[in-house]
Amino acid sequence: MPLSQKLSDDLNQRISSLKLPKNNTKKRCEALKRIKVMGLPSRRDEYWKYTNPSLFNDLFSDKNVVIASDDKLNFDSIGCFKLIFTDGVFDQESSDSLEGEELELVRISDSSEDKANWLEDFYGSLEEAGQNPVDRPLAKLNTAFATDGLALRVTGKITKPINIVYNETSYRSDVNLHHCIKLEQGSSLTLIESGSVSSRLNKVTELEVAQDSSFHHVCAQTNNVDKIVSTHLFARLWENSVLKSFTLTTSGALTRNEHVVELKGNNGISHLAAACIGEGRFHHDDTVFVTHEGTHCESRQVFKKVLKKGAFGIFQGKILVKPGAQKTDGYQISQSLLLDDDSQFLAKPELEIYADDVVCSHGSTSGAIDEEGLFYLRARGVPENTAKDLLILAFLAEALAEIEDTKISELLLTYLERSL
Amino acid sequence: MLKITNLKVELEEENKEILKGINLEIESGSVHAIMGPNGSGKSTLSYVLSGKKGYKVTNGEVELAGEPILELEPEERAASGLFLAFQYPVEIPGVGNMTFLRTAMNSQRKFRGETELSAADFLKLVREKAKELKIDSEMLKRPVNVGFSGGEKKRNEILQMALLEPKMCVLDETDSGLDVDAMKLVADGVNALRDKGRSFLVITHYQRLLDHIKPDFVHIMADGRIIKSGGPELALQVENNGYSDLLAEVQ
Repeated sequence: MPLSQKLSDDLNQRISSLKLPKNNTKKRCEALKRIKVMGLPSRRDEYWKYTNPSLFNDLFSDKNVVIASDDKLNFDSIGCFKLIFTDGVFDQESSDSLEGEELELVRISDSSEDKANWLEDFYGSLEEAGQNPVDRPLAKLNTAFATDGLALRVTGKITKPINIVYNETSYRSDVNLHHCIKLEQGSSLTLIESGSVSSRLNKVTELEVAQDSSFHHVCAQTNNVDKIVSTHLFARLWENSVLKSFTLTTSGALTRNEHVVELKGNNGISHLAAACIGEGRFHHDDTVFVTHEGTHCESRQVFKKVLKKGAFGIFQGKILVKPGAQKTDGYQISQSLLLDDDSQFLAKPELEIYADDVVCSHGSTSGAIDEEGLFYLRARGVPENTAKDLLILAFLAEALAEIEDTKISELLLTYLERSL
Repeated sequence: MLKITNLKVELEEENKEILKGINLEIESGSVHAIMGPNGSGKSTLSYVLSGKKGYKVTNGEVELAGEPILELEPEERAASGLFLAFQYPVEIPGVGNMTFLRTAMNSQRKFRGETELSAADFLKLVREKAKELKIDSEMLKRPVNVGFSGGEKKRNEILQMALLEPKMCVLDETDSGLDVDAMKLVADGVNALRDKGRSFLVITHYQRLLDHIKPDFVHIMADGRIIKSGGPELALQVENNGYSDLLAEVQ
């Protein structure tokens, strides 16, 4: 069905400002063709009911221009390979060398085929798979127009975490970034993303984790004051593979983080977790879709939001268990801590199960600070504000516990303690 | 140490008077026990003393070491030396017991203008006190009271008391939910803290706790008032005859 005139006009206006980069041309043209059928997201789409997509759809305006504040969160103490992006452009000179590590690194904007022939097939393929059964137009738009991003092929165990550090200097930036990550059999990588890319960001990460491999991911959205951010992680997991992804958000006018995970092989493990603290003009949307296809797979979704002064939180999480995905163990919890009456949390947990020998559970709660706990702490001499902070951190603890590397979770905890 | 004068308290939400004029003076270094039937206002008294929300003081005054405390926040009362051992210690998932203990200790020290304890000094102190109360290091690592047995929770209360070194300890039915051995362990912990400069108010239903923590004075509370005061023999009288004789006597 062709798009309505209005949707078609909106799309044409949106893409009028974008140029199709001269690499991965075939995939980009296909994506462009698809987005013209799909249209941009609208409030009438089931998965955009609670988040107004207009800030993503509109032409980038000067109203949105914000320069990043100093980011107090850095991962230097962990000891990482740092890969630097400045205003959404990879800065190879400022980045650490990965020589000696078992991986290949090229930029998606690097079109020379001998560098990464795997990329040609890979680019856009997981994103395309993730368009079914739910359209994800922003990701499709990204595949067509992404200007930069890393293509990483990991062939062994990487000795230190890789930290992608986003720096921002431009007063006006609207960036489409696209990373492709492929872990070959028996490999492992921890990837940390930190800093702020741009005033408006559309980021897509495609990730394939082969048999017996593990990928640990920590994304810190802590420097996004007044920013507009859309991220997608499309992950495909094969036999005995592990994905653990954790996102911390402490700022951002509008953030939508989508996780789309396919557990293709048997005995796969997918843990998705996020903690966010926001106040005032802070709209935070986690949209998650986990599909179980293999048997004996385990998936966890742990999403926690602390909201105050009118902040708005959304959780849309789904576990789809396909026929034959027996012995699936699925768990999903989404919780909000509402610090005042002005804040809101909307949750839509979904289970869709077509196999008969599975364990799946989900829960969602909204609540205020526990008065009994607060009194107990105060009765021991802890001042009210400190006691509240302790209870907030306690609330987030289950999500932080999903981070495998305790050095990283402790660093984030210290950051949170400092910033509360 | 603690002086309660004609204290009258209502439940904030119901306008229901719970305490109807309590008078009690506890000297420094002495142990007082309050006994009384269910619903007599014993726990309310402990909550009002420690500053819990939901109660309205309509009359009277409470002084701790000569200073009025009813206007103080719970944390200020705690830092001034008041300690309530809870009947039902609260479980706080996600907050580690050690973090909790150290935050509490250092908050109180800071309030009093003392230097905060270093991590190493704190650890040494906790280990020493915990050992006396047979609290193993595993319990210290767990979140506050989460998954603790009844006995462990009460021992954790006494550990906090031992670390915080309050001047005035209020024990609200510390014997509830404890078997004989656990009660003895808790009582030993309390007795070890008895000191010339420290007073106790022990709230209990039963004489049995008072076999282990010997009080200097016993008060019988009923319907929001102290109806009779005496020595330890009063507790025995309750144990043998129940409260009905005493209540009848007053009526």
